[in-house]
Amino acid sequence: MTARFAVGDRVRIDDRNPALHHRTPYYVKGCCGTVVLDCGPEGRPESLGHDGDGTPRTHVYRVRLAMADLWPGGTGHPADTLDVEIFEHWLEPVEV
Amino acid sequence: MPADHAHDHGHQPDHPEPVTFHQVMGTALRELLIEKGLYSAEDERRRIERLQAASPANGARIVARAWTDPAFRAHLLAAPNAAIESLGLEPVNPIHVVENTGRVHNVIVCTLCSCYPRQLLGPQPMWYKSRAYRSRVVREPRAVLAEFGLTLPADTAVRVHDSTAELRYMVLPRRPAGTEDWPEDSLAALVTRDCMIGVAVPDAARDGR
Repeated sequence: MTARFAVGDRVRIDDRNPALHHRTPYYVKGCCGTVVLDCGPEGRPESLGHDGDGTPRTHVYRVRLAMADLWPGGTGHPADTLDVEIFEHWLEPVEV
Repeated sequence: MPADHAHDHGHQPDHPEPVTFHQVMGTALRELLIEKGLYSAEDERRRIERLQAASPANGARIVARAWTDPAFRAHLLAAPNAAIESLGLEPVNPIHVVENTGRVHNVIVCTLCSCYPRQLLGPQPMWYKSRAYRSRVVREPRAVLAEFGLTLPADTAVRVHDSTAELRYMVLPRRPAGTEDWPEDSLAALVTRDCMIGVAVPDAARDGR
């Protein structure tokens, strides 16, 4: 399968809460960041977590978020960042 | 001793937890593999022994080699699993090695559960699994690091890695100054588990020869 995103792309992490096992942490939902690594395809947790076979296998990306975007109004250091692995079907492109 | 003996202590039940579906299936699969001769009880015992023998000494060996061998360091950053296997170690999950520099300090967490490179660092410390560490290090990493005794300069950026999928992370710490002529095994002794999680840095003055 082809990757929808490339390193350097700006992306937004979907803010949805399906009643299924998924591995998108609540605290990053809705936040925008930058793809820093394509980790390749993996089985989807929404399938694997419910006796499924993980298909369709889906690219996972490391997405870098600025702490200042993640915690608006926080007291964090402006240079600090967080990297998190997100499945492609949880990401939308952001126009820059 | 009679069943109705009088005493003032409670009995701990032999099976405090009900056996789960996955435990039953695991046992059934193991018995079938042994019965069909695909696997032996001795293989199983060795596997458990190997898993339990995993310790931070494995990770420390990798770090010390990366400090002393630039070609190995480049290999480790580009193809971590292959580099680690070249030392005779067996990472189970794909590993991603993140390198500390003068500008970036890395720290690892798994906010969803407690994912961790056990084959390289041994079992997780209790605090790594705690709700306090998992929730705070992604929000106020500098405050958490300060509680571990690590205060970073303002011009060093903190990069927190939340291990949410298949990758496991290991921090490659910076080699301390003044260790240029040290042999590899003395260097490895400086590299503690916490240095490879990123809540500490190697200290030659404190832990040195």
